[in-house]
Amino acid sequence: MQKLRRSMLFMPGNNPGMLQDAAILGADSIILDLEDAVSLSEKDSARILVREAIKTIDYSQVEVVVRVNPLDTDYGALDVEVIARVKPDTLMIPKANEQEIKLVDQMLNQIEIEEGYVPGSIKLIALIETALGLENVYNVIQASKRVVGVLLGAEDLTSDLGIERTKEGQEIFYARNKVANACRALKVDSIDTPFTDTFDCEGLAKDTTKAKSLGLTGKSAINPRQIEIIHSVFAPTEAELKHALRVLDAMEEAKKEGKGVCSLDGKMIDAPIINRANCTVDQCIRLGLISGEDGAR
Amino acid sequence: MKTILGRELPDYIEGYGEVTPFQGAFKDARIKTRVAVKLTSVNPSDQKVLANLEEAFDKLNLKDGMTISFHHHLRNGDHVLNMVVEGLAKRGLKDLTIAASSIFPIHEPLVAHIENGVVTGLVSNYISGPVAEAVSKGKLKKPALMQTHGGRSRAIESGDLHIDVAFLAAPTADTYGNINGVHGKAACGTLGYALSDAEFADQTVAITDNLVPFPACPIQVSQVFVDYVVQIDSIGDPAGIVSGTTKMTKDAVALIIAKRAAEVIKASGLVKDGMSFQTGAGGTSLAVAAELQEIMQREGVVGSFASGGITGPLVEMLEAGLFKTLFDVQCFDLEAIDSYRSNATHQAMSASMYGNPHTKGAVVNCLDIMILGATEIDTNFNVNVTTGSNGVIIGGSGGHSDTAAGAKLSIVVTNLIKARLPIIKDQVTTITTPGESIDVVVTERGIAVNPRRVDLIEKLRMTNLPLVTIEALKIMAEKITGIPKDVPTLEKIVAVVEYRDGSVIDVVRQIK
Repeated sequence: MQKLRRSMLFMPGNNPGMLQDAAILGADSIILDLEDAVSLSEKDSARILVREAIKTIDYSQVEVVVRVNPLDTDYGALDVEVIARVKPDTLMIPKANEQEIKLVDQMLNQIEIEEGYVPGSIKLIALIETALGLENVYNVIQASKRVVGVLLGAEDLTSDLGIERTKEGQEIFYARNKVANACRALKVDSIDTPFTDTFDCEGLAKDTTKAKSLGLTGKSAINPRQIEIIHSVFAPTEAELKHALRVLDAMEEAKKEGKGVCSLDGKMIDAPIINRANCTVDQCIRLGLISGEDGAR
Repeated sequence: MKTILGRELPDYIEGYGEVTPFQGAFKDARIKTRVAVKLTSVNPSDQKVLANLEEAFDKLNLKDGMTISFHHHLRNGDHVLNMVVEGLAKRGLKDLTIAASSIFPIHEPLVAHIENGVVTGLVSNYISGPVAEAVSKGKLKKPALMQTHGGRSRAIESGDLHIDVAFLAAPTADTYGNINGVHGKAACGTLGYALSDAEFADQTVAITDNLVPFPACPIQVSQVFVDYVVQIDSIGDPAGIVSGTTKMTKDAVALIIAKRAAEVIKASGLVKDGMSFQTGAGGTSLAVAAELQEIMQREGVVGSFASGGITGPLVEMLEAGLFKTLFDVQCFDLEAIDSYRSNATHQAMSASMYGNPHTKGAVVNCLDIMILGATEIDTNFNVNVTTGSNGVIIGGSGGHSDTAAGAKLSIVVTNLIKARLPIIKDQVTTITTPGESIDVVVTERGIAVNPRRVDLIEKLRMTNLPLVTIEALKIMAEKITGIPKDVPTLEKIVAVVEYRDGSVIDVVRQIK
């Protein structure tokens, strides 16, 4: 079963204590950061530290994503070269465009052969944080089969656009829609930008709900205390689950009776409704809220 | 000879005496005697207020080799212990034993008196800072005697620990020796650790910086136990006495541990009307209280009492109606002091009522849930809170062994790795609390239940909590940290660790 990517927690790659505990904080994915969280003077040591952490620490309960430096800096290619050899689950490519994704894809092909890893096993997440990258997001995803998701970086994007970043987030309405739609079209995950006020739990819940309502499938976090809130927003509610199970029951009943269509509470159940019910039940099984048997009844 | 936990002990320890090895938490239940107190009665014309400490020294029957006692309610702000010992040293006294319920870094001047022979014995429930280091280095002539809070009261009341003079720091005292801790600039709230001392010492001196006309109100230590009253400028620094507001931790790992501990409590079935709870003042311990508060509120549970050293978060739970009363042996912060002063359901308890095993029943016996800390835990669940992994004394039981023995569910909450060291070992450096009293160890990487608690294991198996064996926890930690080398010590015994019943559970040897 595909692992969930509801929450992705950024952890600075230069902090040994945080690297040691990263796996137990409850996030679906951890992003060990070599880019913005690490000052220029610590780029080398952080790279070594993250490499050793992946080799040493049991991260089997989470997806390990390493955010490398942009490929147009002195550090990006070296990050990929060093980190890929210890086989993280995923690399995150900042300021992603088609070219960068293709370049990393080629590097990984070579490393996987040399290290004897299954070809294509190291995945990529594209960090969309420029106007160009956003307009090109569909092609970015298609640039490599390794791309399993897109993370929207709203701070850099709004900076590129020369506009103000606000808590309400009206300015990234288009970006969220665009990313969500492209990702859905190509069946990859779309991860929302982090909510930067780590003390505002209510604001985080609102912001996450907004992202979810626009079709994004997960949200990044910059503090462990944000994880539980993000998960609660992305979990189907009890009412949603109940309704989904009733839809599937009604459909089964109709099948048995040889009916092509059926209705529930006076409303017709058609393909999109069944599809949505299946998605809800599938997610509940993955979250452990119900067993596979319950979902398959 | 050996304790039941396998620790090898000498039959006799110079400066301590004959050793009774620890045989189990409740193996010493038999008829006990409470000691009779010799007293000099006070007549109507006698005056208790003396001009200064020097006059008190003149009146007291001072002699070399005597035992003088202090309570620790002023914690790291206490001025009284240093002032008294300094005064006695100036008078040429030597070979004194200091029986202080706890000793803090502020008591550093004691080190010089230990080195020059003024002080040759220490009896305490908790020693931290320079004095602890001096003891660990073998500077004290006799081994320090480390007791528990309940054990100290037991020792005093049984006569095992005879106090010649008790010097009681009194935030407020009246002219006839009545004392309270709720008024005055050094207010510290309850005075639970001062009561046995006042009651059983041959002579008791109240030292106050807030002398009020008779009678003080309220009265926490009664005039019938106090011989003299001395007024001084300052008994303590308020900044060192209370921590202001005790704050919740923001540490993500501590919060995860706390959440899991609360889930263990819930799964145990003990969260129900009439429940009782105690926790320490540390970040993780307080976070457990916050998690428990949420569960109790959600489920509409009204508990019976919370106890121990009391902090703001527990006061908040009392005020929210989650507990009917608090049993407070010492106040840790200003919220607790304010609450004790103004809320009749916030009750004081003496150290004896709190944890003395040789009474008609201590409060710890009524306790459902206890949250504890640990410096080290071994695979038999024995806990060390006395020494660090380098063998240096860093604390002591305080109420650890008392509450662990009494509570229905004793939970140790700790990070599995602290400062690069694994917390779980084959053998702890020093045994403070026996494994038989510890039910669960909750860490960020897994939860281990004492195999004795089959009932609890069954209940926890019904949950999604990450249950593992304690051995598995140990391996998990060692995978990251490696196995630390043993720290060799010298032969000399520098401290004797007494269990609450007065048997010896372990000794601390001199560091190299």
